[in-house]
Amino acid sequence: MTGPFWALIARDVRLASTASGGLLTGVLFFLAVIVTVPFGVGPDLNLLSRIGPAIMWIGALLATLLGLERLFQSDKDDGALDLMRLVDAPVSSFVIAKVIAHWIGSGLPLVVVTPVFSLLLALEPPAIAALTATLFIGTPALSFLGAVGAAFGVTLRRGALLMAVIILPFSIPILIFGVAATRAAIVEPDPFWPPFALLGAISLIYAVVGTLGAAMMIKINDG
Amino acid sequence: MGFMWSGARVILDEVAFSRGEHLLANGISIQLAGGDALALVGPNGSGKTSLLRVLAGLAEPEDGTLTVSVDSAVDDVPRAALVHLGGHQDGLKTQMTVRENLAFWRSYFGVGEGASIACALKALAIGHLIDLPVGVLSQGQKRRVALARLTISPRPIWLLDEPTAALDVASSERFLNVVEEHRAQGGIVVAATHTLLDLDGLQTLDLSSYAPQDFSDESGEGTRVRDAESYWLEGAHT
Repeated sequence: MTGPFWALIARDVRLASTASGGLLTGVLFFLAVIVTVPFGVGPDLNLLSRIGPAIMWIGALLATLLGLERLFQSDKDDGALDLMRLVDAPVSSFVIAKVIAHWIGSGLPLVVVTPVFSLLLALEPPAIAALTATLFIGTPALSFLGAVGAAFGVTLRRGALLMAVIILPFSIPILIFGVAATRAAIVEPDPFWPPFALLGAISLIYAVVGTLGAAMMIKINDG
Repeated sequence: MGFMWSGARVILDEVAFSRGEHLLANGISIQLAGGDALALVGPNGSGKTSLLRVLAGLAEPEDGTLTVSVDSAVDDVPRAALVHLGGHQDGLKTQMTVRENLAFWRSYFGVGEGASIACALKALAIGHLIDLPVGVLSQGQKRRVALARLTISPRPIWLLDEPTAALDVASSERFLNVVEEHRAQGGIVVAATHTLLDLDGLQTLDLSSYAPQDFSDESGEGTRVRDAESYWLEGAHT
């Protein structure tokens, strides 16, 4: 497939998978969080499997936000951001392309390694399945949300600090519903589908709001 | 190449533009047709780059009207799809090879009747660099790779910002040949520059004479747009 949209996704995924790209960094950061927590918590398997989903989600949240600051900055620095606007397509279309590529390069690898990493936190198979599903549905929301922060970063100096302040409050609902749905797979009476459906809804809302917000920030910046 | 742009034109009518809150120039009127070349000159900060961005549609003019178009079967080709911006930044990723970088921009901008990547690089004498990562290239080589982008996805209007900066004499001659070929095909070139570009019939637009504070000064009125020879021979402020 050709066209600007797919070309951009292909290039960004290719860049993420290079040695200096974010793919490996994110996965290693995720692993670091998961490996160190059991040592801090101590040898209590029940406790570990109870707080395991929350730890995995916090790890995923931080690992996703890790590389987001650079989402538009590197293209801004080398002038590519201006050139990308010279096609017959709205700014929001390349924002979507970049966010999808970011998710493929950071969110998706976390989802893929989750079943293996979950074993380190003594999670049961149902919890592992639920956790993988919630991360799959929820991490795109983090990428879209982060795009707004990254666009802020392009516009304003000291963007990274601002980004953390702006992004973190809005990432809390994702965390709450993601962990709630996963907990339902462990604790019997809790329902799985309501929080899971809400998580999906948040992803869809953030996809729209995040795209439009980031596109607006980039246009203001260049205007 | 047998192919021609028909009816490419860039028309500025009393255009004023600014950078941030600061009005840089106003009252610019000029018409360019296929085959024309215009050099934007003026001291640093006089708005050469800003005007290129306005022409590219990345920024809006403060006042006046701006037409960038070609005759085409499809009405309303958006301006963004007609212009190439050769900025002073190269838009190249250092981790990827020359071929990968250009292949990306080729599929991003669309191919059309463009030259192949190898041909475009050969025209600028950098064919041997095709499989090297951009990160190891010198400044001048990077610039030439960025200029190769102009020919791999053809567009009628080239907006160039200091295109020959960082290029040696032989390379800038090769590049000017590429520019002449583009003009022969009916394309338009607008270049911000500090050096005399050796192009036939090059017009010059001196932005310093459009600066708002000079606006009441009548002396500039008739001589704002003139041919390049007189600009460079007689000096900027005659």
